[in-house]
Amino acid sequence: MKNSPFSSKENARYDKVHRQVVLPFKKSVEIAFKSIRVRFFRSLITTMSLILAISFLSFIHVSTDVANGMLATHDLEFRQALIRSGYDLGPEENSVDSSPKQQWLVILSLLVCIVGIVNAQLMAVTERFREIGTMKCLGALDRFILRLFLIESGMQGVVGAGTGALIGAFCALVNAFLRFGLKAVTAAIWQDVAVSISIATGIGLLLSLMGVLYPAILAARMQPVEAMRVEQ
Amino acid sequence: MEDMSNIVRVSKVTKTFQLGKIEVHALKGVNLEVATGKYISIMGPSGSGKSTLFNMIGGLDKPTTGKVFIDEVDIAQLDAYELAWLRCRKIGYIFQTFNIIQVMTALENITLPMIFGGMSNDAAVEKGFQLLELVGLGDRFQHKPFELSGGQQQRVAIARALANDPAIILADEPTGNLDLNTGEEIIALLKQLSQERNVTVISATHDIKMLNVSDQVVWIRDGRIDKIENREELSISVGQIDIRE
Ligand SMILES: Nc1ncnc2c1ncn2[C@@H]1O[C@H](COP(=O)(O)OP(=O)(O)OP(=O)(O)O)[C@@H](O)[C@H]1O
Ligand SMILES: [Mg+2]
Repeated sequence: MKNSPFSSKENARYDKVHRQVVLPFKKSVEIAFKSIRVRFFRSLITTMSLILAISFLSFIHVSTDVANGMLATHDLEFRQALIRSGYDLGPEENSVDSSPKQQWLVILSLLVCIVGIVNAQLMAVTERFREIGTMKCLGALDRFILRLFLIESGMQGVVGAGTGALIGAFCALVNAFLRFGLKAVTAAIWQDVAVSISIATGIGLLLSLMGVLYPAILAARMQPVEAMRVEQ
Repeated sequence: MEDMSNIVRVSKVTKTFQLGKIEVHALKGVNLEVATGKYISIMGPSGSGKSTLFNMIGGLDKPTTGKVFIDEVDIAQLDAYELAWLRCRKIGYIFQTFNIIQVMTALENITLPMIFGGMSNDAAVEKGFQLLELVGLGDRFQHKPFELSGGQQQRVAIARALANDPAIILADEPTGNLDLNTGEEIIALLKQLSQERNVTVISATHDIKMLNVSDQVVWIRDGRIDKIENREELSISVGQIDIRE
């Protein structure tokens, strides 16, 4: 542990090999994970709108899956029950889709959700200006900062959207049980339900990443002095 | 000019801040040469431009005109990678407000620059322990910053600044938020490090205690260098300096 040799003349023009600054991926994940844990409450708020929107999406899709499962049994009673409960079933049709109205609601809720995420992330980033500035003073590149935020929100996205998708699916099944009885639930095609849950989780993850992109770029581009001047 | 013993050279640096329609001239043409291994104090009243100069030397901000050379390399010419490398390996920063990353433990704060510098996690942790030992916080590695006192946080900041064995330590009022005794301890620590490791210390300060340990004192006033005094010329008593301030 003695003084570095960098002041010698040969090294005055810093050569490529010595110049590298790195942040291994594993370390990024570790930092991101700790950061979420420390700021658990803030993360929860950011994730809440995602959970709600994704559970709604998942609810709609799984309900449709259950209805299709009921139709697949060719049970006429189920068919009547579905028509009574508002599904648009033509005499020849043997499958249902979510109604345009439901689809609009889902899209709207996803839009609201992404605005919510951007908003929450902008606040979170502002709270962390000083930390970002400090990291840059320690040698962090813009893309380290960007990567940290993306990993963080990716984790939040998977957990939040996964939770939301499961909650939505569970509610859809309970709803089907209450309306059509146990037989309807057991008629559901579990593969379809699993696919619906995965799609909802994937969409949630995507939304979460999209929502953090702008705030994260903003944070990553900041000059250290600007970032550190912010009073906290 | 090509004197390699000058690790930092500031040449005709000006900095103008635009505040709406008003222009604030924080630096009005500063020339300064700092020899390797020296302990330099930058003294001056509040608002005289110490922090601004500090940011220029540290590559944290760009001069409006003029140049800053570190090891005779113009830092305005460096690309983003080189600049990050400079901040990571070459310069250690210490701030008045400590700027410890609040969500990390003391040890994690110290190992971060070493990770950036490409050191393996184990090696970084081992060296982190040594550095904490060095600043007298060997048993506090797992503490979060808010569990540490100001003086302890500043010690962590010093350990962090030393992590990659920088050639230069830049300290902007390192004792500004500390009580008298703690401030003295921090100053003694910086001095000891500069002597033992031949690190160049450049410290902006209001603190008269800093003068005793400085090899050179740069008096700055209103964005210009007023005068530069070497240690030998500084045989004035602290009382007289007090009046000057
Ligand atoms: N970002 C900024 N925008 C506008 N003016 C600024 C900015 N930063 C500094 N200044 C101005 O530049 C001048 C020098 O400020 P600086 O922070 O360098 O002073 P200082 O010597 O460090 O003072 P102190 O001892 O109080 O820390 C001041 O007049 C200040 O108002
Ligand atoms: Mg200042």
